[in-house]
Amino acid sequence: MINELTTLETKFSVEELRRDFPILLRFVHGKPLVYLDNAATTQKPVEVLNAISTYYREHNANIHRGVHYLSEISTFEYEKARGKVKNFLNANEQKEIIFTRGTTEGINLIAHGYGRKFIGAGDEILISAMEHHSNIVPWQMLCEEKGAKLRVIPMNDNGELMLEEFEKLLSPKTKFVSIVYISNSLGTINPVKHIIERAHALNIPVLVDGAQTVSHRKVDMKELDCDFFVFSGHKLFGPTGIGALYGKAEFLEKMNPYQGGGDMIASVTFEKTTYNALPFRFEAGTPNISGAVGLGAAIDYVSKLDFQSIQEYEHELLEHGTQILQAIPGLRIIGTAKEKAGVLSFVMDNIHPHDIGTILDKEGIAIRTGHHCTQPVMQRFQIPATARASFSFYNTKQDLELLGQAVYKVKEIFKA
Amino acid sequence: MSEINELYQELILEHNRSPRNYKKIDKPSHFADGYNPLCGDHYTVYLKVSNNVIEDIGFEGSGCAISKSSASMMTTSVKGRSVQEAQKLFEKFHSLIMTKIGDEIPEDKIEELGSLGALIGVREFPARIKCASLAWHALNAALNNQNNAISIE
Ligand SMILES: Cc1ncc(COP(=O)(O)O)c(C=O)c1O
Repeated sequence: MINELTTLETKFSVEELRRDFPILLRFVHGKPLVYLDNAATTQKPVEVLNAISTYYREHNANIHRGVHYLSEISTFEYEKARGKVKNFLNANEQKEIIFTRGTTEGINLIAHGYGRKFIGAGDEILISAMEHHSNIVPWQMLCEEKGAKLRVIPMNDNGELMLEEFEKLLSPKTKFVSIVYISNSLGTINPVKHIIERAHALNIPVLVDGAQTVSHRKVDMKELDCDFFVFSGHKLFGPTGIGALYGKAEFLEKMNPYQGGGDMIASVTFEKTTYNALPFRFEAGTPNISGAVGLGAAIDYVSKLDFQSIQEYEHELLEHGTQILQAIPGLRIIGTAKEKAGVLSFVMDNIHPHDIGTILDKEGIAIRTGHHCTQPVMQRFQIPATARASFSFYNTKQDLELLGQAVYKVKEIFKA
Repeated sequence: MSEINELYQELILEHNRSPRNYKKIDKPSHFADGYNPLCGDHYTVYLKVSNNVIEDIGFEGSGCAISKSSASMMTTSVKGRSVQEAQKLFEKFHSLIMTKIGDEIPEDKIEELGSLGALIGVREFPARIKCASLAWHALNAALNNQNNAISIE
């Protein structure tokens, strides 16, 4: 065991990496910050902060519209960031990458651009029981408008999708599958590759919600072969307000535009507008240029790291944290899938997650409590909410030990 | 006393463990739901009012220790009072928990609230003030005959 640990730590120096994230040095309520809310948003390395600052200090101008020097540089930086996303996802072409505000906007764009055009009355859209609200509500809105039907792949008590039920739900009526790769409230890693293959056998397009995936493991569009993939920059150590949508060109080409406005047009007269080419057709208005630049810097940052080591290290954190929490009487972990990422959702007998969160906060420990925008998951497990600790590679085993100690403090206060 | 111990005072924990008037009332004259979508806390408050007096009150639902104990203490402090007195009490309670951190609160103001004064610790936890006032908002909605869900965010 000791040997294993040392080999891992030489490959991967957490202490060194932590220095890249200035916020990790701060104190909260007089205690050193223990940040365990990475599924909500991740912290930003200094490279990202500097890139945004440099952009505004030295390059700021509007893009795609100016002949002047700064506008050219801004355009270049913005498109360079697109290229970084393309390489990061291993997409075929740069035009398959559309900048969005985040995962939520990406899903809405597809529900609108693809869904409103190609899904009609009686058709079925397939999602899973562990979707984030952002992968439920846009489809529900579409179904209501079109008279289509939302079908849900159920999960078992461990929080694993029931694949035999998925098979039964697939039918000629199924016109779209939209599925979360890693669940934000349970940590389950879904077998998306298998799901994509099965759907493709019936010519059904698949969207993968990669919000919780991109910071934890390498994704490869050519290998995964999904038709759409969405993620948020802020969960990948980048800024808020920026994200990306990958879509196979053949799908993007035939979709309706999302919003109308500047930049997405080729020509406008009062009689008729012709739309711009990909990807600009889906980026109406002045985009979040500094956000894209920041996201590009975040991608550069994670690309220097080795995802294999990250995955191994985070798995070790997960095992360590699971052991610590499991040993606490009256505590139950929600989400015990075999394939699981660094998320520990838990409930405690007679103590509401909200109270756990407040007490942990006073210890400097940031976790999230509530339904995590997955109310159907809470309903499935018949609980009102969970307390959730979610990790990133900059967390340490000590963070998890402090978490355990703080949970004992909760029990002490509640005399439980 | 640390802030956390002041928040989770014995009286609050005790009401959380064994809430008073935790019951549904048959044929209530008034009732309303209080719901906090942010954390999922959800209570229904039932009232039997006659001749302008709150003769009986009960609540059901689930939520954190702060919201549940506050609901429990609310029921004991308004039972037997007139509707106007109950509304006055809500105003006083509300202004107490909304008093800015650091601002002095006169002892007598806390005293006149009775057991409700135990919730004064929530002032130090802005994120929890809504928990403490949830059941009161439901009571208010019920008394104003808004027999449907109110939601505070
Ligand atoms: C699995 C999953 N999908 C979608 C989202 C929505 O992401 P955003 O709020 O950045 O649009 C989240 C964020 O919590 C998530 O975890």
